[in-house]
Amino acid sequence: MIAPATRELIVNGLWRQNPGLAQLLGLCPLLAISNSVVNSLSLGLATTLVMMVASASVAVVRNLIPHEIRIPTFVLIIAAAVTVVDLSMNAYVHPLYLVLGVFIPLITTNCIVLARVEAFASKRSTAASVLDAAMMGLGLTLVLVVLGAVREIFGKGTLFSGLDLALGPAARDWVVTVVPDYQGFLLAVLPPGAFLGLGLIIALKNWIEAIRQARRGTPAPVIQPAA
Amino acid sequence: MNPALRETLVTAVTLLAFAVVGSALLAATYALTRPQILASEAAERRARIAETLPAGSFDNDLVRTARVLAPDPLLGLDRPAHYYLATRQGQATAVVLEAVAPDGYSGDIRLLIGIGRDGRITGVRVSAHKETPGLGDYIEAAKSRWIHVFDGRSLTDPPASGWKVRKDGGQFDYMTGATVTPRAVVAAVHRALQYFEQHKDRLLAVPSHVQEQSHDRARNP
Repeated sequence: MIAPATRELIVNGLWRQNPGLAQLLGLCPLLAISNSVVNSLSLGLATTLVMMVASASVAVVRNLIPHEIRIPTFVLIIAAAVTVVDLSMNAYVHPLYLVLGVFIPLITTNCIVLARVEAFASKRSTAASVLDAAMMGLGLTLVLVVLGAVREIFGKGTLFSGLDLALGPAARDWVVTVVPDYQGFLLAVLPPGAFLGLGLIIALKNWIEAIRQARRGTPAPVIQPAA
Repeated sequence: MNPALRETLVTAVTLLAFAVVGSALLAATYALTRPQILASEAAERRARIAETLPAGSFDNDLVRTARVLAPDPLLGLDRPAHYYLATRQGQATAVVLEAVAPDGYSGDIRLLIGIGRDGRITGVRVSAHKETPGLGDYIEAAKSRWIHVFDGRSLTDPPASGWKVRKDGGQFDYMTGATVTPRAVVAAVHRALQYFEQHKDRLLAVPSHVQEQSHDRARNP
């Protein structure tokens, strides 16, 4: 049985406080990269990894950091974690690194990383911080993948195209052509598709929340973006 | 020491300590991953060069027999770059030039341009670019077949007036949403063909020792 506190962290990260759907943090990469499942999944997992490393590091040293310089220190730790992930990806998954290119260093500026470090890891135990970072990261990854799938199907009529870049040539045959001879729908691939798609997914989440609340007989809370 | 000064010092030293530890970590990661990154890049380069040539058109190690080309505005180069001579049984079959399209949407687009000895393009590949992902990046062979529009083309096919994207009255297709990128690539390929025409005797000359890194003969014709 999972402890209630752990359960709370999991539900918060994946659903209730989901970075992409409720906190609306880290939207820059979310909107830029989510035009295919593979890009979304790769960047989501890279972000999750950075969040876990950064949160763990901050939680370990949280009592050593003077309050006044906590933000510069956090940014320094996050930037170091991102660079380590960036160099490692360049070395060991080179083809994928070529695809994600500029977006890996940009994880540094993703506010969800700093937000979780400041709001959670700087105050809580290392284990809880790592779990929180993992769940928030996976929550973001989930939204990215769903948005990537929607945009890829509507934009290109395929699913998982380019998977071989992440997993090797064996994955080339895994591409699913959802709509054969699809002419493409540029709006879905271009930035407006990201805004429309994300809006629809947020609406869906709020709708599900409203139905669940209605069953319990209480009014649904209005979800406000953080900051 | 007065408490305010002391506190300031502690804060500064803490930040310095984090900076030092962070730098050390980065230096170690850099040193550890460097050989692997170089190996990945070399393998990538070898594969990328081979893509611009017809299969079976060469039997030499292209990277090992690379020679250096002096900077030339026609290739968009501001520093010496490599070019690769493809030979089969000692006969030159094609060259692969490194060229740069300096006028991409966001900075340089680095190209590898394969040209057969008859002056026809054997293949073009983008080796590095910073074009918008999902928009201008269809110039990558991995993303679309667009880059194959150059296959078999030459300086006279189409004539000079046709070496533009369709929007500018030329013969080359492009994809809606990003015109600047293909415009830059088409112009760069055209310039590279002009360079090849001017220097083809020198470019196609097989050196007596194919391995030699002949900086001298590659300088100026």
